[in-house]
Amino acid sequence: MRDVAVIGIGLTKFGELWEKSFRDLITEAGIKAIEDAGISGREIDGIYVGSMSAGRFVGQEHVGALVADSAGLTGVPSTRVESACASGGLAFRQAYLAVASGIHDMVVVGGVEKMTDVVSTEATNTLATAADQEWESFFGATFPALYALIATRHMYEYGTTREQLAQVAVKNHANGALNPNAHFRRKISVDDVLNSSPVAYPLRLLDCSPVSDGAAAVILCPLKDAKKYTDKIVKIIGSGQASDTLALHSRDDICTFKSTVLASKMAYKQAKIKPKDIDVAEVHDCFTIAEILATEDLGFFKKGEGSKAVEEGLTEINGTIPINTSGGLKAKGHPVGATGVAQIAEIVMQLRGEADRRQVKDAEIGLTHNIGGSGASCAVHILEVV
Amino acid sequence: MTTHYHLVSKFWREIPHRYNLIGTRCGECKTVYFPPRNVCPRCRRSSIGKMEKYKLKGKGKIYTYTIIHVAPETFEDEIPYIIAIVKLDEGPMVTSQIVDCNPDKIKIGMPVEIAFRKIQEDGDTGAIYYGYKFRPIKR
Amino acid sequence: MEDNIGIVSYGVYIPRYRIKASSIAKVWGKDSKYIEKGLNITEKSVPGPDEDVATISVEAARYALKRCKVDPQEIGAIYVGSESHPYAVKPTGTIVGEAIGATPDLMIADYEFACKAGTAAIQNCIALIKSNMIKYGLAIGADTSQAAPGDALEYTASAGGAAFLLGKEKIIANINATYSFATDTPDFWRREARKYPAHGGRFTGEPAYFKHIINASKNLMERIKTKPEDYDYAVFHQPNGKFPISVAKKLGFTYEQIEPGLICPLLGNTYSGSYLIGLSAVLDIAKPGDRIFVTSYGSGAGSDSFDITITENIKKFRRKNAPTVRELLENKEYIDYGTYAKFRDLLYWE
Repeated sequence: MRDVAVIGIGLTKFGELWEKSFRDLITEAGIKAIEDAGISGREIDGIYVGSMSAGRFVGQEHVGALVADSAGLTGVPSTRVESACASGGLAFRQAYLAVASGIHDMVVVGGVEKMTDVVSTEATNTLATAADQEWESFFGATFPALYALIATRHMYEYGTTREQLAQVAVKNHANGALNPNAHFRRKISVDDVLNSSPVAYPLRLLDCSPVSDGAAAVILCPLKDAKKYTDKIVKIIGSGQASDTLALHSRDDICTFKSTVLASKMAYKQAKIKPKDIDVAEVHDCFTIAEILATEDLGFFKKGEGSKAVEEGLTEINGTIPINTSGGLKAKGHPVGATGVAQIAEIVMQLRGEADRRQVKDAEIGLTHNIGGSGASCAVHILEVV
Repeated sequence: MTTHYHLVSKFWREIPHRYNLIGTRCGECKTVYFPPRNVCPRCRRSSIGKMEKYKLKGKGKIYTYTIIHVAPETFEDEIPYIIAIVKLDEGPMVTSQIVDCNPDKIKIGMPVEIAFRKIQEDGDTGAIYYGYKFRPIKR
Repeated sequence: MEDNIGIVSYGVYIPRYRIKASSIAKVWGKDSKYIEKGLNITEKSVPGPDEDVATISVEAARYALKRCKVDPQEIGAIYVGSESHPYAVKPTGTIVGEAIGATPDLMIADYEFACKAGTAAIQNCIALIKSNMIKYGLAIGADTSQAAPGDALEYTASAGGAAFLLGKEKIIANINATYSFATDTPDFWRREARKYPAHGGRFTGEPAYFKHIINASKNLMERIKTKPEDYDYAVFHQPNGKFPISVAKKLGFTYEQIEPGLICPLLGNTYSGSYLIGLSAVLDIAKPGDRIFVTSYGSGAGSDSFDITITENIKKFRRKNAPTVRELLENKEYIDYGTYAKFRDLLYWE
């Protein structure tokens, strides 16, 4: 296994991008990443794309080939990776493995979703396909419902409060306000969250990440070659992935995502570090409760104490473990397939010291955490500036 | 012109499970599963060919719940409705709607029993899909 | 009948939603005082958006099975009587059969005879049991009856049903005799593919309801040589709360005889379920030796009469395993007319 570095990142703006198509978005992110890496593009010998449901969102499958074609890279092997909301994170891992194994030497990983070309009910129904269609969705459980079921139980078992959930959204909106690419760039208050319209008790509209368009791309190459392109080399020091039951009801404990625990253990072990060594993390906050779960399952806080940590400000940009400096899925936006790759881009910016007003001081090691569905798949990556 | 697009086979093959909570039991470790499984995740290879049909009694307790305010079109008439994970007496948990219960009254631990209701309709012209929901045990 | 054939068990299901007659009257600018008095009804049941004749039938059938030890596989026939089957073509009975575990070795069919399809189902089960073609038969009468917005029927058309398991063994009530009376009398109908029924107004009374119930009842009592005073209870079809009281009086039954089975004032007209739920309310309280007279009515038109005697087995009958009619009537949640309109699909657009 070779060491692998991230040498380029590219992001589109996230949001309702009416004028941009699926192929516009992924091409834009890819070109930006190529420019950022300072490569010509001819070096690229592999493409991986994370996309959850191009088939339903834009009526287009065969996304691997489409992306190679749109980017002017026909001939290059191009693979689409799907794992619901973790599609981007898993695509990144596939690319990492391909470079580490020596199969490929310069790989571009894209993540993309164009979600606003369908009516909102269709977008919601499509997102719900991440859940168990036969045994959850069929009976009327919406996707927010699954996280609401977790929230109710977390409140019951650990005394998490409605206000603490709101504080996750408040913090992430504050971060998003500092991110020029974010879908939402306005600060909100706890009252705003508590007074937003109910979606699935106890979750309200402002507990939920939005339906966004957007794309992200990063370029990977062997660490030994990275110096040729950049002097701010970010190395991948840990990569983990795990799965769990598709349906929540098949798990013994719904307040812990076993996939997060397993994937992070795998990544920590490879990186030879502990959770306390992480300086900054992008975690999967598709709903406010998801961020609390993630910070517990990743080992930043004890089980049941994630909500208190938010309340105490420990996860703010200048806290002990800054979480979701980009604004997270909540404020930055959640173009599903793009999310996992965009998380990598944010951490790379933090480690390079390019995060501007949301820069975490002296950040050297960063973590990304990308969840599929209600925790049935998870990818965790740990990056370190060399 | 038809407005439905699923073949009924997708629903029809699940009728025993959805009408009568027919799950499976591993012949090796005797663990009961619902929804049914083809392989026991504990016994894996040694469970192959030994997964037997098992009818659950349809009684259990609320493990967790939510109240749905935004729903897909097929469920819009029922808003607000309760979705819960029910822990069945035999062990497995199941996601289901809770009916005959005021959303203010639902709580974790509440005993419930199986009810038979219409779950969805495949548009105006397609089949009607029936199955289990749960309701509070009154007595 | 020489053989003892009768009711082995029974179960009732009534949806939990109710609308008050006054809530409907208000929408149409009527004074509910006169409607409540004129129809002798104060409220009616309304099916939830996830309830129909199939779900009501299954719930009633499952309750019936909870009260006895009969193996559903021994049920040889299921007949579901209704005028609001969820499918125009595709039986309700197979859904019931599958949901109670009675399939696949049995006869199944749906019946329709306006409101009297429930008793038609009972008669056919009795005949099959008597001829030894089946051991047990399950007869169901259930409806989620339709009423056009603003029609007089809107105050009464309600939802509910009852399931009767019939057989020869451990019967709680012996069905001593039955007789039917039918003519072609178009007093009430719903044309194919039409959403709401039409009716003949006052024509539904004298030449229809009263003529058929009186003839069926009198003819049965004549044949078996009984008189109204021989019965402890009487149940007649209840299209509203007034007709059954009036027909009982004309036949010589007292209000005391019909009162225990008179459920319409708090339930509305459950059509094929009406007299079966009324009979169930009587079975909920009946003692060994009690004699019950029942006459159904279906528009179009016909009546089925029954002479029934409660047996000693009712003492050991596990009534408590399922809710009584009174308990079901008490388990209710009121809705306003807007919710009613949504549940009954009165609000529709292109």
